[in-house]
Amino acid sequence: MTVATAIFGKGERTALFVPIIANNPIGVQVLGICSALAVTTRMDKALVMGLGVTIVTACANLAVSVVRNWIPNSIRIIVQLAIIASLVIMVDQVLKAYLFELSLELSVFVGLIITNCIVMGRAEGYAMQNPPWASFLDGIGNGLGYSLVLMLVAFARELTGAGKVFGYVVLPVTTEGGWYVGNGLMLLAPSGLFIIALLVWLLRTWKPELQEKD
Amino acid sequence: MRRTDSTRYTFVFATVVCVVCALLIAVSAVGLRDRQETNALLYRQKNVLLAASLVKPADDLPEKALQKIFDDNIRVRLVDLATGELLPLAKQDPKTYDQLKARNDPAQSRVAPPNNAGVSRLPVYGAAYFVMKGDAVQLVVLPIEGVGMWGTLYGFLALERDGNTIRGLTYYDQKETPGLGGEVSNPRWQAVWNGRRVYNENWEPQLVVIKGKAGPAETDPMRVDGLSGATITSNGVSRLTAFWMSNHGWARFLKRFREGVKP
Repeated sequence: MTVATAIFGKGERTALFVPIIANNPIGVQVLGICSALAVTTRMDKALVMGLGVTIVTACANLAVSVVRNWIPNSIRIIVQLAIIASLVIMVDQVLKAYLFELSLELSVFVGLIITNCIVMGRAEGYAMQNPPWASFLDGIGNGLGYSLVLMLVAFARELTGAGKVFGYVVLPVTTEGGWYVGNGLMLLAPSGLFIIALLVWLLRTWKPELQEKD
Repeated sequence: MRRTDSTRYTFVFATVVCVVCALLIAVSAVGLRDRQETNALLYRQKNVLLAASLVKPADDLPEKALQKIFDDNIRVRLVDLATGELLPLAKQDPKTYDQLKARNDPAQSRVAPPNNAGVSRLPVYGAAYFVMKGDAVQLVVLPIEGVGMWGTLYGFLALERDGNTIRGLTYYDQKETPGLGGEVSNPRWQAVWNGRRVYNENWEPQLVVIKGKAGPAETDPMRVDGLSGATITSNGVSRLTAFWMSNHGWARFLKRFREGVKP
């Protein structure tokens, strides 16, 4: 076996790519919905939140996996939580130091990464049983899957709600002197639910094997 | 029983995890603190300049340039809010004073009188930013804050030498709904405030944000266009403006400012 396949064999590829679509954390596992409603009013916010969750999930998975054989079973959840919480605080500190203006709008939500079910779900569900490298890739994969959905939802909401994409005006809205009447509902949390529900529906239509038999 | 399931092992493991996590957090917090505080200060200074129209919202200036404009044009003085008097520079250097920190420090603040602007504590000293042209005072920029729909709005209001006519407004930190209440940060809406007046002829703050559109500043100076879809934010802005322009806030200082007080 060559070095390349040892680092990036079939198992690792599965860990990295499957969560992006086929086992998408939001679309299929239905984790992390709460933050997907809150940070999807603008694409730049969604991108930073997606990156934050990706970094935290990957690092938390890595750390949990490294110590997985030493963690006492009775306190494993709280140990995972301590690791995740520390990582989240560090991400928040880094944002405040290097992306200050964005951190002002994101700070509440960054703190809430701690409660993002994806992070804990992957630590408990994957990293506890798998080696560090595969766990790290699983974290990246799930983070990217989450980011992908976040960006799609944010694209729909920012475009129809504020007439912008990444802050650039696409449809000039009437409040700025343009012609497009922004859809206020798209900027409120309920619209996030509608769009996520539509995405889940589309995903299950595209991949019928994801549908549960009732 | 597995080695990792004994009570003693569990305690030792928990302690080690806590110490390692605490260390990592402490290192990142202390290591980045200077940069974070510089960022916060620069951001506030930039917003003072925005309120004073010395910088335009579209300008993307590097930190050094902003700092230079600020140092060349602005003189900060601390004001005793209860009397409106300037605090002598020898007592406290305004450059090292952080009004938001002071507000939370019981030794430098007091409980605010009952109000509907959501202000719970008042600092003893407020920071007033005098906008200078040579030795002449052009404007004064005053910090204001109060509760909107989701959280506290922090902003600056720039007033002319008459202590009444508004020349600029910014909200630099707010958590309102983007696109609705979040439009308080929209420079287009903030520009509507230009030329409007805070006080009526008896020097009572009367400016309100109304529902719908107000007339032009010349004929309808005490009313401002409301933010559509954001009644609670609009009301919050009315109330916090009224509070900070009253005797609890900046009114006593503004009286002295009209009479010609200089930094």
